[in-house]
Amino acid sequence: MLNSLKYTIKEAFTQLFRNGAMTVASVFSITAMLLILGIFFLITVNIGLAVENVKDDFDTVSVYLLDETSYETAQTMMLQLEGMPEVENVHYLDKDTALAQWTAEKFADNADMFEGLAKNPLPNSIEIKVKDLASAENVAKVAETFDGIQKVGYYKDVADKLLRISEGLRTGMMIIMAFLVVISVVVVSNTIKLTVFARRKEIEIMKYVGATNWFIRGPFLTEGIIIGIFSAILSSGMLVFIYSRVVKSFSLHITWFMDTGMVPVSFMTFNLIWIFLALGISIGACGSIVSMRRFLDT
Amino acid sequence: MIVFDNVTKNYNTNIGLDHVSVRIKKGDFVFLVGPSGAGKSTFVRLVLKEIEPDEGRIFVNGLEVNTLTNRLIPKLRRSTGIVFQDFRLLPNKTVFENVAFAMEITHQTARQIRRQVPQVLGLVGISIKADKYPNQLAGGEQQRVAIARALVNNPTVLIADEPTGNLDPDTSWEIMRLLEQINLRGTTILMVTHAKDIVDKMGKRVIAIEKGKIVRDEYGDYGYKEEEAHSHRGAYIGGGYNKHA
Repeated sequence: MLNSLKYTIKEAFTQLFRNGAMTVASVFSITAMLLILGIFFLITVNIGLAVENVKDDFDTVSVYLLDETSYETAQTMMLQLEGMPEVENVHYLDKDTALAQWTAEKFADNADMFEGLAKNPLPNSIEIKVKDLASAENVAKVAETFDGIQKVGYYKDVADKLLRISEGLRTGMMIIMAFLVVISVVVVSNTIKLTVFARRKEIEIMKYVGATNWFIRGPFLTEGIIIGIFSAILSSGMLVFIYSRVVKSFSLHITWFMDTGMVPVSFMTFNLIWIFLALGISIGACGSIVSMRRFLDT
Repeated sequence: MIVFDNVTKNYNTNIGLDHVSVRIKKGDFVFLVGPSGAGKSTFVRLVLKEIEPDEGRIFVNGLEVNTLTNRLIPKLRRSTGIVFQDFRLLPNKTVFENVAFAMEITHQTARQIRRQVPQVLGLVGISIKADKYPNQLAGGEQQRVAIARALVNNPTVLIADEPTGNLDPDTSWEIMRLLEQINLRGTTILMVTHAKDIVDKMGKRVIAIEKGKIVRDEYGDYGYKEEEAHSHRGAYIGGGYNKHA
């Protein structure tokens, strides 16, 4: 067992060196595929993060109360709302605080504009923070059934749109990535098929001498895996380098206009390396198994 | 030991073998002769389980070939050394590696390989070329390597499919002397050939096949006249023995 394992690995490396050009071609084609995949992955993850951040700003439901509604009535409403599993937290916002916040936020430069106001036009409200933007609608519906409320407000349009965007983005990216994986398996199996085809005489001879199918397959499989590992290292290295450059030069600007950061390089490096290793190894292994099938069918 | 018991093999409408029964004992040296398309290759391919018989039973080294599962084919082929007209050496491997390969597939240790391979290379007289690649060798030398590869696992049967077909007469005789020497060590040899002069001079058992039937099985000579042998040469390459004869 150990002997054949040693043989398999030795044989794989020998063949990789003797078929140098083919090896380089295979490594390049897998690397190229992984790079494209990786770029898509980076874009998806970053857009996902941005969407999550934006979602955070819109996940509150405001219940505006009638002026007659007492604080005690509001308290019972709040207790009921807090009992809902979708709700993260609830707090009471009285009209004076609301006005102060509003003027400070929107009219910081000329807050004195509102000083002469005879009556505070804003209502008291209960601010509900939901755990998930998707459940905002449910919470709002429950709140609407309460007595003594003026209206329930939440960012319905924005919420719907954001949800649709992030959902669409996720499925779209999944489809594109799955497609790319299939393409890379095809490309790699074709590249390896060339090697196998160039060596089909050899395979035939091996069978005549009495080699089992797995004995013949072993070195080719190992070759595929080694090619996959090389490509994974090469492409993740390149991608991490590119990404760190991009983060360095763009993250400032992006923060400024989108209010979200980029996914940190260290986190990306770790994930990219293991994802690429897994992908590279399986692409290499699948490629060699697929391309050998035809030559080993007896 | 090879036993054919009433074996029939048809290719669509063409007859390959027609109710053939034959027994080749351990230690025999047998020539299989006959015109092209008579069924010689069918015979060899049946022994190696490359094809399945339509009828009858085949035994090789005590294994019943017909009922052998695909998983056991490698075992069968390891117990029968095979030598081809076109040598069939692995081009990317040196002489040493080509012979070592036959041992590697049987999971033998590096130490066994280092001991056994030089011994076999010595037996076939090719030791000094151990580090050369097949394309750096002459035809006769390549055939010696092929024989070494076939012998390295000590098979009980050595099948030689026109082993001298691509060689000049002098080299052919060297190979024949080598095969005879191997036979003396106890290995059964089944040799398919068209080389009349070789068969005549060796004086071994000759099985002649024609149109799928065994027409003659006796010790002695080739049995066909020179012209017949020529007319049936068909896909024969090289034809060295022809000029010689």
